[in-house]
Amino acid sequence: MTPSARQLDRERLRRRRSLTRGAVAALSTVVVLGVVALVVVRSPGWDRVQATYFNRNDALAALPDVASAFLLNIRLFLVAEVLILVVGLAVAIVRVIPSPALAPLKVIAVLYADIFRGTPTLLIVLLVGFGVPALNLTGMPTSLFWLGVVALTLSYGAYVAEVIRAGILSIHPTQWASGRALGLTYGQTMRHIVLPQAIRRVAPPLLNDFVSLQKDTALLSTIGLVEALRAANVISSRDFVFTPLVVAAVFFIVATIPLARFTDYLTVRSLRRENGL
Amino acid sequence: MLRADAVRKSFGDHEVLKGISLEVADGEVVCLIGASGSGKSTLLRCLNLLEQVDDGDVWLDEQEITDPRVDADAVRREIGIVFQAYNLFPHLSVLDNITLGPIKARGVAKNEAVAAAHVLLERVGLAEKAKAYPDALSGGQQQRVALVRAIAMRPRLLLLDEITSALDPMLVGEVLDVIRELRRDGMTIVMATHEMTFAREISDRIVFMADGLVEEVGPPEQIFTAPRSPRTAEFLARHRA
Repeated sequence: MTPSARQLDRERLRRRRSLTRGAVAALSTVVVLGVVALVVVRSPGWDRVQATYFNRNDALAALPDVASAFLLNIRLFLVAEVLILVVGLAVAIVRVIPSPALAPLKVIAVLYADIFRGTPTLLIVLLVGFGVPALNLTGMPTSLFWLGVVALTLSYGAYVAEVIRAGILSIHPTQWASGRALGLTYGQTMRHIVLPQAIRRVAPPLLNDFVSLQKDTALLSTIGLVEALRAANVISSRDFVFTPLVVAAVFFIVATIPLARFTDYLTVRSLRRENGL
Repeated sequence: MLRADAVRKSFGDHEVLKGISLEVADGEVVCLIGASGSGKSTLLRCLNLLEQVDDGDVWLDEQEITDPRVDADAVRREIGIVFQAYNLFPHLSVLDNITLGPIKARGVAKNEAVAAAHVLLERVGLAEKAKAYPDALSGGQQQRVALVRAIAMRPRLLLLDEITSALDPMLVGEVLDVIRELRRDGMTIVMATHEMTFAREISDRIVFMADGLVEEVGPPEQIFTAPRSPRTAEFLARHRA
């Protein structure tokens, strides 16, 4: 079926319009970024800033130390992310289950979420890092690594619990009804019907919290863990240069990008699947 | 008022509309009937510019609305559409559902829009539900609100897409009553429906669609009693109560 002349006209017009749009987007991007770059580079202090923050040789010199220290950050956040999901999920579920027998647990869950969401993460890191070993309890972890993981898990578990709970509550009651109507128990309905939808819905804010967590592993430098920021700091205070800090920053940025793209991918995929696009 | 000429629309490899032509006069009520998948809904969505046609054109009075230079939002302000699934905004009260369009898209003053909404709600028997939220209403009530929401924009043309198909028989009547009243007011309506008895009663003309084409057009008495096409006859035989 060959399109009519009128349709060909329309298509030509639409093509021209999308070319114009593309050109406008490209041009405005180049102009804006160009102006920003120019303003920075031509500022009176640029030479000094460049020498202290963006020195090639300093960067190369700092790279091995910062890189190997960053492996510690990666281990920290990978372990913490798993624990945070477990804690967050457990707290969220305890808070939404309507069972009276769980009342004491619910109180603890509410207190936990309120207290740990309200306390600065840095403070939790300091309290756990220095306070828990001082208790001299047997069985408590004494390695700085695990103390750090515990501190981050306590803090982020509270955030994640609230995100997951919001997700569970956002699922329409008819989904509960449909699950129960099939003869599934409350737990089965939660596990097979509600949670899969809830987690999908809150995946973007959840991964947002994880990006934030990856950066906050730097807080553990305060209790003596030699991670990327600490390693960079050591070099920069020894040599009076700031370039190593920029190197550390680049590591943090690069580490969060895969997670961000992964979030985008998941969002698009579930939209495609569920709306048949 | 409305003229569609050789409208084509495909989704992927599937050609849903294969060159539909249709004319609707001012104040006319036209019912689209035909099996599921015959293209009724797609045609309505094309008329409202919710779907971009692949070929052919649609005219609203003197304007070719399928022209890419046309402001689709402005066209849609003139063409109301009500869907099978109501699609009310669940976070807004009944009143806010109705007044949102007039206030934001038409620039009507808030007190005027609210007063007009109350009058319309009164007419469809839902005066006391103005402050209620959609999920608290029955299907029939929600669909009446959806109709009021469309009419509140004072459209020149109203498209109804199987608006009673999701309702149980007890509730269908109250929605059809609203359509009868709109017809008395002289509203131009194109509706896709499976309610054959109602289609026969309300239409000036019936359009029978099959496989993305108009198979037969005619006044309801002729279509129902003396269909010219064997396909129309066969379809009606299966759908007669």
